Amino acid sequence: MVKKYETPMLDVLEEGPWPSFISGIRRLANEHPKEMIQEMTHSLLGQLEHSYETRKGYWKGGTVSVFGYGGGIIPRFSEVGDAFPASREFHTLRVQPPAGNYYTSSMLRQLADSWEKFGSGLVTFHGQTGNIMFIGTTTENTQHFFDEINEYGWDLGGAGPCVRTAMSCIGAARCEQSCANEHKIHRMLVNNFLDDMHRPALPYKFKFKVSGCPNDCQNAIERSDFAVIGTWRDDMVVDQDQIKYYIEKKGRKYIIDNVVNRCPSQALSLNDDDTLDVDNRNCVRCMHCLNVMPKALSPGSDHGITLLIGGKRTLKIGDMMGTVILPFMKLETEEDYERLVEIAEETIDFFAENALEHERTGEMIERIGLVNFLEGIGIDVDPNMISSPRQSSYVRMDEWDQEAEKWNERQAEKAAS
Amino acid sequence: MSEQAAMRPPIESGCPDGFQYMHPTMIRNYGNWAYHEDPEPGVLLHVAKSGDKIWTVRCGTQRILDLFTLRKLCDIADEYADGFIHFTIRSNVEYMVAKEEQVQPLIKAIKDAGFIVGGTRNSVAMISHTQGWLHCDIPGTDASGVVKSMMDELITEFQEWNMPNRVHITTSCCQINCGGQGDIAINIQHTKPPKINHDLVANVCERPSVVARCPVAAIRPALVNGKPSLEVDEKKCICCGACFPPCPPMQINDAEHSKLAIWIGGNHSNARSKPSFQKLVAAGIPNNPPRWPEATAIVKRILKVYKEDAKDWERINDWVDRIGWPRFFELTKLPFTKFHVDTWRGARASLNASTHIRF
Repeated sequence: MVKKYETPMLDVLEEGPWPSFISGIRRLANEHPKEMIQEMTHSLLGQLEHSYETRKGYWKGGTVSVFGYGGGIIPRFSEVGDAFPASREFHTLRVQPPAGNYYTSSMLRQLADSWEKFGSGLVTFHGQTGNIMFIGTTTENTQHFFDEINEYGWDLGGAGPCVRTAMSCIGAARCEQSCANEHKIHRMLVNNFLDDMHRPALPYKFKFKVSGCPNDCQNAIERSDFAVIGTWRDDMVVDQDQIKYYIEKKGRKYIIDNVVNRCPSQALSLNDDDTLDVDNRNCVRCMHCLNVMPKALSPGSDHGITLLIGGKRTLKIGDMMGTVILPFMKLETEEDYERLVEIAEETIDFFAENALEHERTGEMIERIGLVNFLEGIGIDVDPNMISSPRQSSYVRMDEWDQEAEKWNERQAEKAAS
Repeated sequence: MSEQAAMRPPIESGCPDGFQYMHPTMIRNYGNWAYHEDPEPGVLLHVAKSGDKIWTVRCGTQRILDLFTLRKLCDIADEYADGFIHFTIRSNVEYMVAKEEQVQPLIKAIKDAGFIVGGTRNSVAMISHTQGWLHCDIPGTDASGVVKSMMDELITEFQEWNMPNRVHITTSCCQINCGGQGDIAINIQHTKPPKINHDLVANVCERPSVVARCPVAAIRPALVNGKPSLEVDEKKCICCGACFPPCPPMQINDAEHSKLAIWIGGNHSNARSKPSFQKLVAAGIPNNPPRWPEATAIVKRILKVYKEDAKDWERINDWVDRIGWPRFFELTKLPFTKFHVDTWRGARASLNASTHIRF
């Protein structure tokens, strides 16, 4: 006999027009043919109702993994397991999605069939780090489910102090703004660090995210340690006929107010003949005008990436954006891609050796200073890395001449090449 | 021995190749798209340089999917969308079709199945959220329930293009803020220091790492009732809850004193201004399951003022940058308190060191 629980508060969440997760869980509990799923989901609803009544959570972590790995599972043991025994163990498996989050129905059905054998029947696409979250199974079935899906091509993501599952936008597969092969960057980076993902041994988490253009739909700058953003360095492409068409359709005032005046570096101006003038040397590639007029304006063709390092959320010293480490890098040849992976290796090695326990890359850079980090990974300073030069004179500068000479040499090399 | 022999070593295959699951029109035109249009809310049309077209229909779901719902989404893909499914960063489902005549039947099938078409362009997008009481080990509130309650009330804004620009809303169930930055963020804000169960600390917690975890160095080792434990300097404590994950006997969640706070102006895009972090606008909001009406009311109030006052293409941060914070508090009628004035590192940079004042 499957144990059921009264859930008056959760019942309220079955009302209203937005699809209800409670209705979904209840359907598993009441209609799924498998008794294990019925029991687990009834029990889950019981515990969740208890949380709603008492305004407290009742899950605790622990140590659960699969054979050969040290991470990838979010262990959950109930603190109120005596009252809700069928969901006493309710672990989540973090599974890496395909780069770009493309799926077919047949593959999703295959995953659903496996999950039905071993789990609660609940799944999320995706968690905030980007994993497929298979929510709710026992310690024993964690291994069985992983064994089955691992055989047909799925691997666990990261959990704990390790390289985490990466994310990349839909990008080149369906977006005209894409300036990079997001898919290739994503897989090359993350698949190079699988040992660091599956066997957590870093000071803290390390995340890669890839966005194909500065719209940064993957929130890479804000929430990844290693943010790769597609960009271009030649002139943007302007279709003047389309500009005229937009003006005809929306009016001159609309284009002035919403395109020209919104340019953050005043690089646009509208000519008397309703063509658009672009000061490409002062365009900062913010994407705004391209977003407003995607038919008239496009990125140039000299594509590459900007790399920013050190983005993270609040814990411990506050939110941080990533910082520019490479203003521009071509990604054309295999050597280019390998160079990017090499920078990631240098960064993670430096992080592993120099960060304090539970310190993120951005916090480490804050503590030791950007210049020490750059020297550690072998990258030269560049004025694109700063918003402004230093304001404080309290710094020792007796090596000024040598440093100025380095800059002059680099400029001379650049001019010669 | 027999048990060990049965253990299967993992295949470390890592992140799978997405091309095997990609719509053929997308493979064919990879990296060669020309432009896109927005034929109607929830629908995108991308046109490739080759002339190929692909229509995308986006829909919102409950995010925590049960197998019945997942298979229903697959059925729609099989019958109406060539078998392909894409998930967005905000957990929306996207179906892609290569023929225009497939679009309306697909929309109808999605709606008939109870999913909500929308979430494109200048709409209120699906709320990005975390696990909450359903699965997290440290949550101060639920996630899916808050989102369900809010989306019930914001559904029209998801389905239509009423906003000056897109609005990304996020929720987080603790101050670590896994939900991330949002134009509007609804996050737990604890208001009392942790309650310590001293009998358990020595056995459960690695005390030096808990001491190290505190952002304001308010935790120190102590002997309590003859047992090694930890104590909190409650005058220094900022009630952030950072000690709770590594030390569960330091309970931070409180049915009465764990409140909700609302933050606005987080924006990940580089478009117009540089990416920005969200700023505090309201706090002390009751954590009130199962519907959290007080939080939803404030979100709706902010959205209403934004809709009326912002200009086209202004995200919430762009809008406030233009009108200034005093006007924001005036228009939204939210109280401005001493807690809005930052005290964290770098706080002086958030003060107005000028005579730039709007009257």
